[in-house]
Amino acid sequence: MISKSRLMSASAGLVLALAATPLMAQQTTLVIESWRNDDLTIWQQTLIPAFEAQHPDIKLQFQPTAPTEYNAALNAKLEAGSAGDIITCRPFDASLALFEDGALADLTDLEGMGNFSDVAKSAWSTDDGAQTFCVPMASVIHGFIYNADAFAELGLEEPTTTDEFFAVLDAIKEDGTYIPLAIGAVDQWEAASMGYHNIGPAYWHGEDGRLALIAGDAKFTDEEWVEPLRVLARWGEYAGDGYQAQTYPDSQNLFTLGRAAIFPAGSWEISLFEEQADFALGAFPPPIPAAGDTCYISDHTDIGIGLNAASTNAEAGRTFLNWVASSEFAELYSNALPGFFALSNGAVTLENPVANEFVSWRENCESTIRPTYQILSRGTPNLENDNWLHASNVLSGAETPEQAAEAIQAGLDSWYTPGMYE
Amino acid sequence: MAAAAPDEHKPARRWHIAVFLAPAVLVYTAIMIIPLFSTLVQSLFGPEGGQRVFVGLRNFQTLFGDPRWAASFWNALWNNTWFFIIHMLVQNPVGVLLAAILSNPSLRLRGFYRTAIFVPTILSFVIVGFVWKLILSPLWGVAPNMLDAIGLKHLFAPWLGQEGAALTTLALVSVWQFVGIPMMLIYAALLSIPDEVIEAAEIDGVTGAKQFFKIQLPLILPTIGIISILTFVGNFNAFDLIYVSQGAQAGPNGATDILGTLLYRTFFGFQLQQGDPNMGAAIATMMFLIILVGVSIYLFGIQSRMRRYQF
Repeated sequence: MISKSRLMSASAGLVLALAATPLMAQQTTLVIESWRNDDLTIWQQTLIPAFEAQHPDIKLQFQPTAPTEYNAALNAKLEAGSAGDIITCRPFDASLALFEDGALADLTDLEGMGNFSDVAKSAWSTDDGAQTFCVPMASVIHGFIYNADAFAELGLEEPTTTDEFFAVLDAIKEDGTYIPLAIGAVDQWEAASMGYHNIGPAYWHGEDGRLALIAGDAKFTDEEWVEPLRVLARWGEYAGDGYQAQTYPDSQNLFTLGRAAIFPAGSWEISLFEEQADFALGAFPPPIPAAGDTCYISDHTDIGIGLNAASTNAEAGRTFLNWVASSEFAELYSNALPGFFALSNGAVTLENPVANEFVSWRENCESTIRPTYQILSRGTPNLENDNWLHASNVLSGAETPEQAAEAIQAGLDSWYTPGMYE
Repeated sequence: MAAAAPDEHKPARRWHIAVFLAPAVLVYTAIMIIPLFSTLVQSLFGPEGGQRVFVGLRNFQTLFGDPRWAASFWNALWNNTWFFIIHMLVQNPVGVLLAAILSNPSLRLRGFYRTAIFVPTILSFVIVGFVWKLILSPLWGVAPNMLDAIGLKHLFAPWLGQEGAALTTLALVSVWQFVGIPMMLIYAALLSIPDEVIEAAEIDGVTGAKQFFKIQLPLILPTIGIISILTFVGNFNAFDLIYVSQGAQAGPNGATDILGTLLYRTFFGFQLQQGDPNMGAAIATMMFLIILVGVSIYLFGIQSRMRRYQF
């Protein structure tokens, strides 16, 4: 095995050397690994030129993989020694495991880290918060994006409570011009991230519920965790024909082609939707269970960026990461990618109205992150993946909400005892 | 002359044999045999206190003893078996039928049919998976519209999203892709049957379907055997089509999860799930053993008893 990985890294090195030869000899090239293949043009046209203008001796190469393959591909590349210098970090355990294996460099003393709050850094710090290994880059906020023209045409208002939400869906369904909800079950994560984890925080009270789950004081079978699944189960009748086989790109296309009225969304959709849809977009936060309740949003720390510990260009890598931590990057990035909200403390002016709408919810709603990410996805079966599976089963009608909740809790109980990581 | 005689009797060292074998042996050893054995070895190791140590059969105990692992494994194995059954019931009989039709001398445009049916075989899984996913899509697919055109719209269902139908649908897609292979092999076998045998049968009054079942089928049985074993190995190693069309989670609800996708998820990890190379190697070892047993049963139990006819 050793000789094999040496052989691979040697050949990878050879390929890199061959690729680099035509360039000027004193230049360093940093290869960036990422799952954000949608961002290729933004990196190539906005971010990379801005950085290279200031650092002519460093070249950047953005090398994305498909999101669902990223973790597996990255792990394999790191093991073989062929991964790029800069690693885009998934939040929490996936990156923590890489750091503990020595694949990611310790960035605690990076000057730029001072620009971030502890909450922002929590997704890429050790459990005790002593070491940080990725620069927080962006968070995404969940909510609903709707076809504002369709709402105007049907005389509908943005719903604020769950009852109003279903009243709006009924009205759209009755009219028949539009499919009320663009959501499919086959890709599974749509049902969890855009469904369960989107509307759920209002029921389990955001951080309180999430921390109670980690502490063992709450269970998925508790009323406040089952109720959002019951709501999710009702979505099925408002989704399009054959939504059981509808993929995530199908849902996106249904919405941008103007065939569906409401898209349960993450804010990352904004730039793509604005580019593709020829109607006005609007957004509303997840509905609250009853009028007067506090609203909660899933404001998920989603992207960080770190340094491959085996990189031979560590110095250049740190220069780049300091630039990523700067407010200049935050401004460029948040505006180039409306819907990804930079996490640095510096104030950033957003030009996109829909992105501004999303970020405005931070003012009057409580923020939380997805409940499955911190600590609870360390074992097998993986809680996040179980959430995908059972949320999609609930959406497609293959399981009742109660069965799904029981299955999720049983999976978690099979390996997790509260306090085991303290 | 006397001096030369003993030399001729000395067995010459045939270096050329070793020299000619060496490239194949070296390449095959480096890229097949060593990885195979290192996988088998890896399945006996596991993490303990941050180190990879020898754990004996513990990974296999987990795989079969832990109710969750066992459920996933048996589910994947059954799905694999069903995938194989569909191929044996559909792909091979259809392949034989197509070959029998093609070998009929009165059929026109034979070359065209032969090529057209064989073309999907050389397409990439990615293309096949993607194209069929689009054809069957309830939103944009041509399948619902075509059924609608002949008044059978009610027969359409989002098959790839249904637990009961997804695996069978994918198996049939795979059959569509690979039916050309049994067809070609059997076509070649049918062509190799000497005309005298057929003529003798005709003189004896054995014609038509009876001729096919009594004369031709027994003569192509060894070929059908080879095709069956190729199908078996191919199906139990399958991964690509499922991965391309249903993703690594092999939904809905694990209904299309086969050993290949289970291995992939376990070995490389998936989304927040970390990869576990040792459990992955244990699953890969089980796949190897299952295929080994299947092939052995065929080689020793069936092929050695098969009658061959020499012309």
